[in-house]
Amino acid sequence: MSIIRRSLTSLLIALACLVSVPAMAQEDPGKALLVNLAEAPSSRVEEAINAIVDSGDERARGWLEAYGNNRLSRIKDTGQVVLVLNNRGRDWEIADPLTGENLGEMSRRKLDRVAINNAIRGKLEGIMAMLDLNAADPDVREASARDMMGKVDAALVAPLEARLEKEESAAVRDRIEAALAIYRVEQGDIEAVEVLAGSLHSRARAALNNAAASDNSQLAEAANKALASIEQKLKLNKAAETLYFGLSMGSVLVLAAIGLAITFGVMGVINMAHGELIMLGAYTTWGVQQLLPGQPGLALLLSIPAGFLVAAIAGIIIERSVIQHLKGRPLETLLATFGISLILQQLVRTVISPQNRTVVTPEWMSGSLVINDALSLTLNRLYVMAFALIVFAALMMIMRRTRLGLDVRAVTQNRAMARSMGIKATKVDILTFALGSGVAGLAGVALSQLTNVGPNLGQNYIIDSFMVVVFGGVGNLWGTLIAGLSLGTINQLLEPWAGAVLAKIIVLVFIILFIQKRPKGLFPQKGRAAEN
Amino acid sequence: MATSTTWLLRPLQERSTQLFLGILTAALAVVTILHLAMPEDSALHVSAYTVTLLGKYLCYALLAVAVDLVWGYLGILSLGHGAFFALGGYAMGMYLMRQIGDRGTYGDPVLPDFMVFLNWDSLPWYWHGFDMAWFAFAMVLLVPGALAFVFGYLAFRSRVTGVYLSIITQALTFALMLAFFRNEMGFGGNNGLTDFRDILGFNLRTDATRLGLFIATGIALAIGYVICRGIVTSKLGRVSIACRDAEARTRFLGYRVERVQLFVFVVSAMLAGVAGALYVPQVGIINPSEFSPLFSIEVVVWVALGGRATLYGAVIGALLVNYAKTVFTGVMPDAWLFALGGLFVLVTVFLPKGIAGLLQKRRKAPEKDRSNPQEATA
Repeated sequence: MSIIRRSLTSLLIALACLVSVPAMAQEDPGKALLVNLAEAPSSRVEEAINAIVDSGDERARGWLEAYGNNRLSRIKDTGQVVLVLNNRGRDWEIADPLTGENLGEMSRRKLDRVAINNAIRGKLEGIMAMLDLNAADPDVREASARDMMGKVDAALVAPLEARLEKEESAAVRDRIEAALAIYRVEQGDIEAVEVLAGSLHSRARAALNNAAASDNSQLAEAANKALASIEQKLKLNKAAETLYFGLSMGSVLVLAAIGLAITFGVMGVINMAHGELIMLGAYTTWGVQQLLPGQPGLALLLSIPAGFLVAAIAGIIIERSVIQHLKGRPLETLLATFGISLILQQLVRTVISPQNRTVVTPEWMSGSLVINDALSLTLNRLYVMAFALIVFAALMMIMRRTRLGLDVRAVTQNRAMARSMGIKATKVDILTFALGSGVAGLAGVALSQLTNVGPNLGQNYIIDSFMVVVFGGVGNLWGTLIAGLSLGTINQLLEPWAGAVLAKIIVLVFIILFIQKRPKGLFPQKGRAAEN
Repeated sequence: MATSTTWLLRPLQERSTQLFLGILTAALAVVTILHLAMPEDSALHVSAYTVTLLGKYLCYALLAVAVDLVWGYLGILSLGHGAFFALGGYAMGMYLMRQIGDRGTYGDPVLPDFMVFLNWDSLPWYWHGFDMAWFAFAMVLLVPGALAFVFGYLAFRSRVTGVYLSIITQALTFALMLAFFRNEMGFGGNNGLTDFRDILGFNLRTDATRLGLFIATGIALAIGYVICRGIVTSKLGRVSIACRDAEARTRFLGYRVERVQLFVFVVSAMLAGVAGALYVPQVGIINPSEFSPLFSIEVVVWVALGGRATLYGAVIGALLVNYAKTVFTGVMPDAWLFALGGLFVLVTVFLPKGIAGLLQKRRKAPEKDRSNPQEATA
């Protein structure tokens, strides 16, 4: 209901702007048209509607939409036709359909709804679609032509053909042609089958399926041929979709694992609390959104630095308080950081809530990128993918091109030598760990857009993250990238025939066996760094 | 032939083992007497509930001993011993399910209730034979043992050790958990196996059976302890300790490190399986949550708290932590994870040798630091 209301209001605002002051001086022709509609007996309603359409009035679509939604009423006393903005409660909020002016509230007893029957309502859809087909915006025209597919009847053929003559946009032309072809195939026209052969729209396929089952053997044969070529195309699109989901899942894995690739891969510190640092990043996003209600987009952008900072500071605290005391004892580090992960989880449960929190997806990230009728890519995953690549590139730059990166590599290769060259090893440790933890926080910010934000968020990713790092080869950022993307893709490829859980099990077993075969991962380190 | 058993008898001559067995026997005897002889309203009476609870602790203690054998004496931190424990438990659970017979809710003489519920028309092949006690009890040892053998053979042959091994053992138990959660696996899915009636003809719901299981668990713990002690004090045990401290050096001296590792790992997995098998009839249920990585890593902290590479420390740690868990989850359930997490941190940072280390320190001068850089990086 609220959507209808919003679209009505915005329509009214547009109307108000359109109507110029001089036009107000004389009688508005729209008024007569509406009164005509309201007064018409049911046999002549169609005529009244056509009169409105033929008038070419820009407000016509809004009127008809309101009519179809039962939002057109007459004031009993004056006979004035009004738009009903809100029909809940005893008093209805009404507006002038001619100017869009809000007329305040009126008791519903004083209003008389302009009646509509179902036969008219059914036709109204097609009529409004025709109106949209004449809209200035080609996107509106295309959407309306798409809606028409499978709804074309004998009465619409002529106006559609007329529209086709005038149409300039190729995309809209294709749609209109397809809509007409569906009608013609239903009528037994073999040539029209050709037009539908390339279409991926489900209604086109439905029409072809019907034709394939028809008694006309020639038609059935042509339809079957067209269907086969569509099947082929669909398969390709399906494969592209699987690849997209695989890469998307892979980029999530890369994001989750890349911080670990720094702390575990480069520094050799086993941080089992890595998953909880991801969780902290996700909760930071939620927190920033709570601070900035109504601005989810801005909040999300702000949570990128905020998530990094929160996780990095948490990382520094963990490093200073626990990990530095366990240098050279990786198994003990593993246990201690696991303890920290338990504490962090319980902390979130106690302080915030054991329930999941919802993080709002800003408008520019929701929706999807429509490639064709069979393939649409969800935008949020696309953004996360891009984000993962940016984070990866930034980390690569830091490790390769900055002083910090040089120091880190020096300290990890030969700590004693690095220190004797004047590098402050302790400081490098802290900064590296903070960097790895901060990246975990970034992963959390991204994940908050894809999954539930809850205390168990981190746990779900810790084993996967370790698997990615180990599979890719410890100490190798490129390995992590390739391992993450390929594991995500493999998982998605397996899912259709194995199911989600079994696919995950297969991937885990695969990695376990792979590590037996190549204990150093896909891309083992070579040279001095590999010796210990 | 005489030498083949000496490794098992040798521990019985040690004072520490005699002391351990003495305390264990005394504890079993005291609990039994207090349970049977004291009137129910007496303050000294040990209820059947407590007996079962203590029995559960003893199962955990045996599991901890198994973990200590590989972690303390072989240097392999297994984060997946819960998997062996749960497999042993499932083998026992399958036997107990078959013992229900036609007394289940659906009254099917062969199929367990959950299979009837899922509309299975026949028993899966791997359920055959579990109606016979000897077969099921053999499987309690063989299934965990076989998994450990295959896994260990692959891992040790490729010299996967240290942190890598820990992580893939964790992945192993995680994969098994996901698998056992699936209804299609035929192990009861989410709900696991439960609603047991009797074991070897004794009704599981009577106090006498519970006491019997408790005593059986105590005996199993004693035997497990002696076996571990025997291994540790044998020549093989020495080599195993050498592997822990300097794997490469041991290999260069001509020992087949991977064989030693494999043997000890398999024995440990079997002990864990026995612990799981004794656990199930006392708790009355086995479900996939026993496979959860959290449980396995919790076992490790029991050992760490008690003191690594002491065996009796593992027992102390298991009993203490589980007693604390029972108390905490009863009084303030929210605080338990804080306490457990804090325990992980405190033990590793401040008590690297655990409680056993504290006891030893009081008796004699500290021995040489056992932490060795080789162990970390090999």
